[in-house]
Amino acid sequence: MSTDAQSVLNETFVLNLGPQHPATHGVLRIKLTMDGEYIVDADPVIGYGHRMHEKMGENRSYAKFLPNAGRMDYVAALFNGHGYVGAIERLAGITVPERAEYIRVITSELNRLSSHLLWLGAFLVDLGGFTPLLYCFDDREQILDLLESVTGARLTFCYYRFGGVCNDIDDDFVAGSRKFIARLRSRMPMYDAFVTKNIIFRKRAEGIGPISAEQCRKYGATGPVIRGSGIAYDVRKVEPYSVYSKFNFDIPVFPECDCMARYKVRVEEMVQSMRIIEQALDSLPTGPVMAEKVPRTLKPAKGDCYFNVESARGSFGVRVVSDGSENAYRLKLRSPCFSNMSLFRECSEGMLLPDALALLGSLDLVIPDIDR
Amino acid sequence: MKIPALKSKFEAIAARGAPAPVAGAEATAPIPLVLDTPHANKGIDLDVTVPAERVVDAAKIMDDAKFMIEAITGVDWLAEHQLEVVYDFTHVESGERVAIRARIPRDKPELPTISHIYGGANWHERETHDFFGIIFTGHPQLIPLLLPEDAKFHPLRKDFTA
Repeated sequence: MSTDAQSVLNETFVLNLGPQHPATHGVLRIKLTMDGEYIVDADPVIGYGHRMHEKMGENRSYAKFLPNAGRMDYVAALFNGHGYVGAIERLAGITVPERAEYIRVITSELNRLSSHLLWLGAFLVDLGGFTPLLYCFDDREQILDLLESVTGARLTFCYYRFGGVCNDIDDDFVAGSRKFIARLRSRMPMYDAFVTKNIIFRKRAEGIGPISAEQCRKYGATGPVIRGSGIAYDVRKVEPYSVYSKFNFDIPVFPECDCMARYKVRVEEMVQSMRIIEQALDSLPTGPVMAEKVPRTLKPAKGDCYFNVESARGSFGVRVVSDGSENAYRLKLRSPCFSNMSLFRECSEGMLLPDALALLGSLDLVIPDIDR
Repeated sequence: MKIPALKSKFEAIAARGAPAPVAGAEATAPIPLVLDTPHANKGIDLDVTVPAERVVDAAKIMDDAKFMIEAITGVDWLAEHQLEVVYDFTHVESGERVAIRARIPRDKPELPTISHIYGGANWHERETHDFFGIIFTGHPQLIPLLLPEDAKFHPLRKDFTA
């Protein structure tokens, strides 16, 4: 073969996926080096939505940072709030009343359901199926109504406070949550028939986008990604926080490592979230929803601590360093999407572009959570 | 329970006392070397301080013990003329957490990369380079990740002014 023919065979081209692209669900750019339809190299270019939340954490008081927390992973904003207040409560030694912890679990799990429903619809749109999105958003809307009635917001919730929550839940919320769970439970077989058993979907998801357990460990991928690779890592079980240890629930794990496994993890997780909410509603204690004597201006003693919660996308961690003043000396926000995205380059090598988009969708990325 | 086995390995490479303070800096508190920390109020089980040039050895110890990388970040100790790099690791089965710290002088902020051991460290180190200007020697692609591509500033340094 002549060298000319060889160079034609070796020809690759650069393809920009994004920053404006429907499959990236936000301002994410991936610089792809392509050999025809196959990916030779995929270099994610992130930071388009970077707002330097960590600096904002340093130049304002602890309480003033609360609304920022919900603006990172805006699809599951309550988890960020939980991680942040949990870290400060641990640092300042604040004990949260039991009722407030129950309310946190109930609202967090509702948020997990809404986040997974949004992902389910969007993932199917990525794969070319539009209709499930409408059903998912119909269900998700009910959750947003419930959460709005108690938090006052529909998306960027700022509901948790140091020492509790800012509003107590009422009987309407409890009844509404029960009604919603009955409704969603009755619709799960429909989703199963509609999506899980759909042959076109299965051809796009089964065996596609393998991520090994070892890759998850090396990249710090958590949440449904690691549980779809056969490892039962869930912060709620491994290091129980809040009152999660009081409830019976399972951690769904699927060992297939493909997009289908990550899909099945999230669907099964929705069933488990419903179980948790029901148990929490059944055993909801009475009492205050805010700790007494939490100072208006918090000044935790010098020191640092780390606190993690299981967000809808994985382990969300906060490392806070205090110098004894009313602002944090350092606030590190460890977002699950950042780590989950970082393995894309290694995993997508040699994949067909449409399959890589299925992989991207199965990671459930929220771009502002990556960029922070 | 991985922590007792790890302790002796870390004690062998832990920093022997604090680095010599820079003239004019505030006196530093003695750095704990290998410290058991209560998970319930610290969030970590083991707090290790190693010399900057031994972070690769520390990462290998964590890799051998099958820990997952959680995050890498920095802290600017302006008064002490030092930058601290904190590596967080988790074990996916036991849930134990280990924080490894290394301190480097502010005027020569360099320490080796661990991205060849943990692929995920690549982005965390790029982010730490963005925010603190810490140079991870041997890093394959130490260019801005979150900041603009021509950024020459390091916003989380305490003497940064916009």
